[in-house]
Amino acid sequence: MTRVVVTVMPRDGVLDPQGQAVQGALARLGFAGIHDVRLGRRIELELDGPDPLAQAREMCDRLLANPLIEDFTVAIED
Amino acid sequence: MIAVVRFPGSLDHDSAVRAVEAAGGTATYAWHADRALPAGTRAVVLPGGFSYGDHLRPGAIASRSPIMDAVRRHADAGGLVLGICNGFQVLCEAGLLPGVLRTNATTSFVCRQVELEVLDHDTPFTRDLGAGLSIPIKNHDGAWYGDPADARIVLSYGMENPLGSIASAAGVANAQGNVLGLMPHPEEAVDRLLGSTDGLGLFTALVRA
Repeated sequence: MTRVVVTVMPRDGVLDPQGQAVQGALARLGFAGIHDVRLGRRIELELDGPDPLAQAREMCDRLLANPLIEDFTVAIED
Repeated sequence: MIAVVRFPGSLDHDSAVRAVEAAGGTATYAWHADRALPAGTRAVVLPGGFSYGDHLRPGAIASRSPIMDAVRRHADAGGLVLGICNGFQVLCEAGLLPGVLRTNATTSFVCRQVELEVLDHDTPFTRDLGAGLSIPIKNHDGAWYGDPADARIVLSYGMENPLGSIASAAGVANAQGNVLGLMPHPEEAVDRLLGSTDGLGLFTALVRA
């Protein structure tokens, strides 16, 4: 069994209103020097196949990420 | 016969059926797990709601459900498909319409009447519509994002753009014009008691198909 972590993030240049809302809230709490906040999603997969990274990438292409607005990375986690 | 597709989490399917009936047609339900549309289906409505709880992305999981293969075949054969709110999100996620619906620029749920401009009258849906429609919106993820050069933006919020759509898009059609998705809810504007009957024309177009 291999644990693959998929990270899905809004693509650069795509407005991230949730990230902006969090950034505003952090600033209201008094945190200074926040240049940017972006919100994404972490998906943990437990996979059995021979090539879990390739399988996870195909899952991203077919469902887990929307390439119009999101980028993804896949990594094996020990 | 108009088929109204129900997904787990659909909300506005009953309103869609009533709107079809108000337009003089008859409607029946199709279920997300069905592999075919009901016999005699002439046109399809994907209703509003929160299919699969909006998990992952609004419409993403519903767009991969078995009934969508049948909806795709119906659309490829030139049949009319109308996606309302979540139905619009499903059609974009399915690749039947260009672009995607994102969280509103305000990050808030927006629920109120809007004044739409009909930009494109050259589709089976909009042929007989007037220049403007007064119809409510009610959504949290209704900001259309896509390339206007690759999309037929049929309905616009005009200068107002309450959700932060690219090009102020409220409704988008495919190149052929037989698939239309819109965030506003025409099924909630089919009776004078609801303040407007401007939504009726889209359902009349379906019934005529």
